Amino acid sequence: MSDAHAEQAAHEHIGLKHQFENLDQQQDADTLGIWLFLVTEIMFFGGAFAAYAIFRWLYFAAFEGGSHILDIRLGAANTVVLLGSSLTMALSVRSAQTGNRRALVIFLILTMILGGVFLGVKAYEYNQKFVEHIVPSLDWAPEGKVLAELAPGGLEHAQLYFFFYFAMTGLHAIHMIIGMGLLLWLVLRGRRGDFTPSYFAPVEVIGLYWHFVDIVWIFLFPLLYLIGGRY
Amino acid sequence: MSHHIVPLKTYIIVFLSLIGLTLLTTGVAFIDLGPFNTVVALAIAFSKMFLVVYFFMHLRQSGGLVRVTVIAGFFWMALLIALTMSDYRTRTWTPVPKAWSITAPPTHP
Amino acid sequence: MSTATLEPRVKAPRNYLNAEYGWKSWLFTLDHKRIALLYMISITVFFIIGGTFAALMRIQLVEPQGALVQPETYNKLFTLHGVVMIFFFLIPSIPAVLGNFLVPLMVGARDLAFPKLNLLSWYIYIVGGIFTLYAAIAGGVDTGWTFYTPYSSTYSNTQVTAVAVGVFITGFSSILTGLNFIVTIHKMRAPGLTWFRLPLFIWAMYATSLIMILGTPVLAITVFLLALEHLFHVGIFSPALGGDPLLFQHLFWFYSHPAVYIMILPAMGVVSEIIACFSRKRIFGYKIVCFSSVAIAVLGFLVWGHHMFVTGQSVYAGLIFSLLSFLVAIPSAIKVFNWTSTLYKGSISYEAPMLYALGFIGLFTMGGLTGLFLASLATDVHLNGTYFIVAHFHYIMVGGAVMGYLGGMHFWWPKISGRKYPNGWAALAAVIIFVGFNLTFFPQFIMGYLGMPRRYAFYPSEFQVLNVMSTAGASILGVGYLIPLIYFIWSMRYGPVAESNPWGATGLEWQTPSPPPTENFAEIPVVTQEAYAYSAEEAEGHV
Repeated sequence: MSDAHAEQAAHEHIGLKHQFENLDQQQDADTLGIWLFLVTEIMFFGGAFAAYAIFRWLYFAAFEGGSHILDIRLGAANTVVLLGSSLTMALSVRSAQTGNRRALVIFLILTMILGGVFLGVKAYEYNQKFVEHIVPSLDWAPEGKVLAELAPGGLEHAQLYFFFYFAMTGLHAIHMIIGMGLLLWLVLRGRRGDFTPSYFAPVEVIGLYWHFVDIVWIFLFPLLYLIGGRY
Repeated sequence: MSHHIVPLKTYIIVFLSLIGLTLLTTGVAFIDLGPFNTVVALAIAFSKMFLVVYFFMHLRQSGGLVRVTVIAGFFWMALLIALTMSDYRTRTWTPVPKAWSITAPPTHP
Repeated sequence: MSTATLEPRVKAPRNYLNAEYGWKSWLFTLDHKRIALLYMISITVFFIIGGTFAALMRIQLVEPQGALVQPETYNKLFTLHGVVMIFFFLIPSIPAVLGNFLVPLMVGARDLAFPKLNLLSWYIYIVGGIFTLYAAIAGGVDTGWTFYTPYSSTYSNTQVTAVAVGVFITGFSSILTGLNFIVTIHKMRAPGLTWFRLPLFIWAMYATSLIMILGTPVLAITVFLLALEHLFHVGIFSPALGGDPLLFQHLFWFYSHPAVYIMILPAMGVVSEIIACFSRKRIFGYKIVCFSSVAIAVLGFLVWGHHMFVTGQSVYAGLIFSLLSFLVAIPSAIKVFNWTSTLYKGSISYEAPMLYALGFIGLFTMGGLTGLFLASLATDVHLNGTYFIVAHFHYIMVGGAVMGYLGGMHFWWPKISGRKYPNGWAALAAVIIFVGFNLTFFPQFIMGYLGMPRRYAFYPSEFQVLNVMSTAGASILGVGYLIPLIYFIWSMRYGPVAESNPWGATGLEWQTPSPPPTENFAEIPVVTQEAYAYSAEEAEGHV
């Protein structure tokens, strides 16, 4: 009986859960598990992309007009910020692999900072939409230059464009906020010394999630900000 | 899970490529390529995605099962978009009553 | 000959049921077997709720101008019947009860890959269920379980958003279950247990899990967009504002058609296990059955447009969807042929599980064949929106999936509870259910063919005889469902104690005591045989 207890204690010490035979099997399972979850996220956003694709095809002029109202510099800058956060996240995982606890935590914090910058810029952009009165249903009363830009494509259909703008970037932002929470959890565990070169699954798994959220934005940027071109 | 540690240099190069592609896609938006603006933008986006998945997400070091999983996910999304779109694209291939047209003008301004 | 005697109160060996006591040991358990029981109780409750809605509907329909409920209330009844039965009974049933219990045992593992996610999936299911029940109490929903727009998004004043949220939440329960199964089956098989030595139930759970992963998220985004539409009326699904109601239907059915395969594939897996055991024969064409399970999962994603033939969908899209719908019938038919070939020259016995399995084969085949009428564009024009459709899917979902669930419960009950139930009563209940089911739903084929529309609180008097037959059948069916509930509960206290392998079946789950210990196996088994080595067993004299 004491053998079983000793074995259990040894398992817990290296972070091996009881249902697995060894760490390799556990890590394989964790990796496959998070990728399967990301597949569900692909299908989740995929449905939104499908709806977007239909309406963009139906009302291209309205989508083009709406897209030109967005600030392309902010969109591009935010894309760079998020790509930077992906780099720091990858470097954080790398630090876990090399056993560099300090670097692991610093890179996680940098990732959070960059994520925060992204969200801050998005908050500013959302606020701008209220200032310009182009929030579907809640505050839709475009005027002046904005109205001139939207009118040719049809105001009704421009509302549809901004619906997709808010729905898709909103869903993305929710995923980022959840990601920030997960990163904070990693920072706390990392500072406590929970991660070693042989056990850092949570960092890798959350890293994969963070990269995925970045990829969604990699598509949202051209699909929302670069419709039709600005020449 | 990768036991192989990716060199720092690789990550930096990938990152700089991603930035370059971002600047490229932003710049191309100011050039008139007609319908190819969309094609180029999507091609660049797919390239960026590939770089993130292959290098940052360690698909390079991952086994066949993970690769099949990733491909299946994208394939299924493509299925959803393509088959749904095929309905809209082919609706007018047979005569459609005017009242059914989805591009009927809105009833209020 | 003594009838049921009280077993002497011998202290039962340590197993997952008596390992720990108290509500905390159940509500915070990480043991897949206990989580399976949590699900079993919950889905039974929802089955009773959904069944009550159905009973009220059938009582209303006894008279052509029934006075039981207002038409608005009737709309809420059929909507909630559908929502509760599909999302809170059928989709979880076999995967979350039998799958959770058996998958680790059948692959020779100590638990699923992610036990905490497993418990989380049950809690998510409960929260989603609470949202839906709240919606039912706070005014109900009257849109039909299909939530077609723009009625649901623009015009209905009922609790659309609440139910949308409930369904959204519950979807994650499905996703986590599927994720757990796929990883477990890939990564945690016992030594020697290659893919083509796996029981067909595992192949069925694997195929089901693929659908759960790939399809459920699309339901999530669909109800999310629906909720936004209902709240903000921007117009993506409203023609007056430039939107398209068909877009909702495309997104909705992209999940909801594969969902029906989530409901039937596990039942097919159960039937394979039962047919093999009670014919004392390996399943004919084992590998073909494996491939057809996966083929059903894949092809099932390509046919959703057959729900939209009469909606204004493109004729050419309709053609393609019709062709693919005929194709998807093929793997299912292959399985039916494989089961019948297994029965041929088998040593057949008619215990309760076998009665359910045989009933399944007959009723599923009828339901499936009537699907071909509906896959055919020309006939669907006449049959769509009628009771023919209602009969078609009830033959598959009740005659098929529910009987598969009951068959599985009867087959594995001794393993789950450590007790046996009285076979006489079980056989009687199976027959009552079979008779009641056919009396309820066969008249509906005729009604529908003659033109009676579905989702109507009133109908022309020429359909009354058929409706009365249907309601009478429903009463018999209700009695049939009650009987197993009674003897299963009875057996937990008074049933004879079950040995490890009361049926003499193959499969790793039968190599461990009934009920199993918490850790499933004292030692992880090593597998050297094919899945259904019944002849080998016979040769060794184990019959």
